[in-house]
Amino acid sequence: MSSWLDYTINGLIVGNVYALVAVGLALIFGVSRLINFAQGSIYLVGAYIGWVAVVQLHTPLPLTIIVVAVAAAIVGLIIERFGLRPLQNSVRIAPLLATIGISFVLDQLVMLTFSPNPRALPSQLPDVRFQVGGGTIGPLDLLIAGVGLTSALLLFVFLRYSKLGWAVRAASQDRDAAMQMGVDVNRVNQAVFGIAAALGGVSGMLVGMYYNQIDTAMSLQATLKGVVAEVVGGAGNVPGAVIGSLLLGLVESYGVAVFGTSYRNLFAFLLLVVVLVLRPNGLFASARQAPPEPLTGTFIAPSRPVRIPRWALAVAAAGFAVLPLFPVSFYVLQTLINAWLLGMLALSLTLVAGTIGQVSLGHAALLAIGAYTSALLSLTFNVPVGLAIIGGGLMCAALGTLLISPSFRLRGHYVSIATLAIGEIVSLVILNWESVTRGPIGISGIPPLSLFGTDLISPTSIYWFSFAVMVVLALLQGRLLTSHLGRSFRAIRDDDVAARAYGLSLNRYKSLAFIFGGFAAGISGGIAAHLYSYINHETFNTQQSILALTVVILGGLGNVVGAILGAVALVGLPEVFRIAAEYRILIYGIVLLLLVRFRPQGLLGTM
Amino acid sequence: MTTGAPEPLLALSNVNTFYGQAQVHFDLSITVARGHIVCLLGGNASGKSTTMKIILGLVKPRSGDVTFDGASLIGLTTPQIVRRGIASVPEARRLFADMSVRENILMGAFVRNDRDAVAQDLDKMLTLFPKLGQRLSQRAGSLSGGEQQMVAMARALMSRPRMIVMDEPTMGLSPLYVDRVLELIRTINQEGVSVFMVEQNASLALEIAHEAYVLQTGKIVLSGPARALKDDPRIRDAYLGGPEAA
Repeated sequence: MSSWLDYTINGLIVGNVYALVAVGLALIFGVSRLINFAQGSIYLVGAYIGWVAVVQLHTPLPLTIIVVAVAAAIVGLIIERFGLRPLQNSVRIAPLLATIGISFVLDQLVMLTFSPNPRALPSQLPDVRFQVGGGTIGPLDLLIAGVGLTSALLLFVFLRYSKLGWAVRAASQDRDAAMQMGVDVNRVNQAVFGIAAALGGVSGMLVGMYYNQIDTAMSLQATLKGVVAEVVGGAGNVPGAVIGSLLLGLVESYGVAVFGTSYRNLFAFLLLVVVLVLRPNGLFASARQAPPEPLTGTFIAPSRPVRIPRWALAVAAAGFAVLPLFPVSFYVLQTLINAWLLGMLALSLTLVAGTIGQVSLGHAALLAIGAYTSALLSLTFNVPVGLAIIGGGLMCAALGTLLISPSFRLRGHYVSIATLAIGEIVSLVILNWESVTRGPIGISGIPPLSLFGTDLISPTSIYWFSFAVMVVLALLQGRLLTSHLGRSFRAIRDDDVAARAYGLSLNRYKSLAFIFGGFAAGISGGIAAHLYSYINHETFNTQQSILALTVVILGGLGNVVGAILGAVALVGLPEVFRIAAEYRILIYGIVLLLLVRFRPQGLLGTM
Repeated sequence: MTTGAPEPLLALSNVNTFYGQAQVHFDLSITVARGHIVCLLGGNASGKSTTMKIILGLVKPRSGDVTFDGASLIGLTTPQIVRRGIASVPEARRLFADMSVRENILMGAFVRNDRDAVAQDLDKMLTLFPKLGQRLSQRAGSLSGGEQQMVAMARALMSRPRMIVMDEPTMGLSPLYVDRVLELIRTINQEGVSVFMVEQNASLALEIAHEAYVLQTGKIVLSGPARALKDDPRIRDAYLGGPEAA
């Protein structure tokens, strides 16, 4: 029997854990204006180092904490030195994307080293509960609270009384001015990454002990929760991050108390979206503070796109169109079908992220909306599959645009955070809205693709169908880009203030971009649903969103042909080299890192 | 350089700077003699602020050399240049808004390790800028523009620089503070610190400067002793200052 006091204690303890992650994020954002998406991976690494220390080396608890902190700090320093410092003079999106790539690489390395199966992480503390008022509290709760308070105190002393701490504060308020006082910004970056990683690693270990279980899915969840807490407290605001974390912990805990466990994350992301929309600078930011993300135009790497003559494109398209007439294996067709589906998603994302500059990290949610709509239309209302897929596209265009519209007033990194959160919300609504979506069971027995009453069962027909749909969408999008509308999109991307000064309505044009992009993604999701015949809330996950982003960057942001080329390359090359599935995500992460470092404009150039 | 003339403290020689394709400086050459106040005048987009950034190592020139006390600054980072003895009062002050006034001033001594002397210098700043005494624990961002300018100057002096570079020190200040700031620049200079300042307000700057250069779209169009330039009719042709410059 749990009391309100228990939920409060639980909320504060969980909030403490979030705070350890969020404070690191806030320190890094303060100094580098960067949301470190690899923070959750360090948390994961910390949990597994803790497991090695406790289970294999049998270290006592204080030593375990020190080992985890030091090892995680080293990982943080390596990330800063080799992942981010080379990008100092790159476009602003580069470090953000690099941290996403680093997080994929780290998560996969942990998974490959320790296997994806969950492990138990014993806390070594006596299993007793003390009665406190109407609730209970255990030694581990006290440990977490103690570590949280001690870290906060140490951090306070460091920032307030040490020379390096002063440098950190000065650099986070005005980097250039700090340099002119003689502050070496690289050392400051090292310091904050080291501290953030140590805190994140210890946090991961504590959470592992709290639930007595660790697995590789922890990483993304930790990043998301840390980002939520940090943004709620005001990006870059260290005390704000602590308060934001405790608030998040309490909101989640009370939400769980009232609605049940599966609603925990829904509350976290709703809190984020509400704060982003109402107070994008966080709950504690003073109103006159300038938003920390003043630029839009410099977000995309400028380049001269590679011009491909029309006849070459026509020849390539014809080549792919007649491919099934030759004796190619089922396997090749299957691979290319996947590429065409990913290509449609990439078309959508390259329009939204590249052409109008709203880097979306939640694009898989659009697939989910299209897939669920099409599946339910055909199953429940017996709508013919072809029409159902179009219905999926239309629903996705409408609902996707509606969901994203609160974030239209945001810029840069904040758009990415908002889209990530909205993507998670979609997946959580699907999970919890059982009467419509069938909840965690998912939808099975979705009818196969069919056109005008004829089922498309053979790989050849599915191939032709998906290829044709993708080509039509690509032609439409190519036409769009050369039109007045396309020019307006790019104007908004390059300078939204100037675009507004010329009378462009940001809301209208962003809506149009998401309507078109949402339609393409919804069609892709719809086709996928009928192809897979079974979907659930996890079919379209964040990994796919990031894969789509990698495809789009590989091809060149905004580049229509590039999006398709990127999809073929990223789906096809691992098949050509017969890379085992568990290494693929590692490869995608490495590809993303290399691209950001050496060719941010992609293969065919940004447009 | 004529033989016998003392070696200048700071010398920019034939500096060419580009932002992408656009050239900002064309063979820019400027010298600052030891103990002098040198002023760089020019209208908007003439390349004044970029000159400051070149000296501080925030922007790298494509060609040309910058020497300080005989040694080249090219290739050094901003913190290294600061350690050589150049302090800056950036455009629009650029205080650390959420740190206290005391912390801001002490940040100026970041490159120093002699704690006791730093404490003495802080006291010295309070005699030079008596108004700051009551403001020490206040947030720097809550100060008025003129007070912020005082903090920025105190902050720059705390590194015991041999030279201070100032980017538009009178910009946005009330007339009362403009006079006060110019007076302080003269005082600082009399204590042996060379000053290189960028200004839009020509007539005011020429009041206190020893030499001046006039920059127009990246080229020096006029230079010489400030006293001579003050009465030079060409200065108004070459350089159209703000309305208050008349």
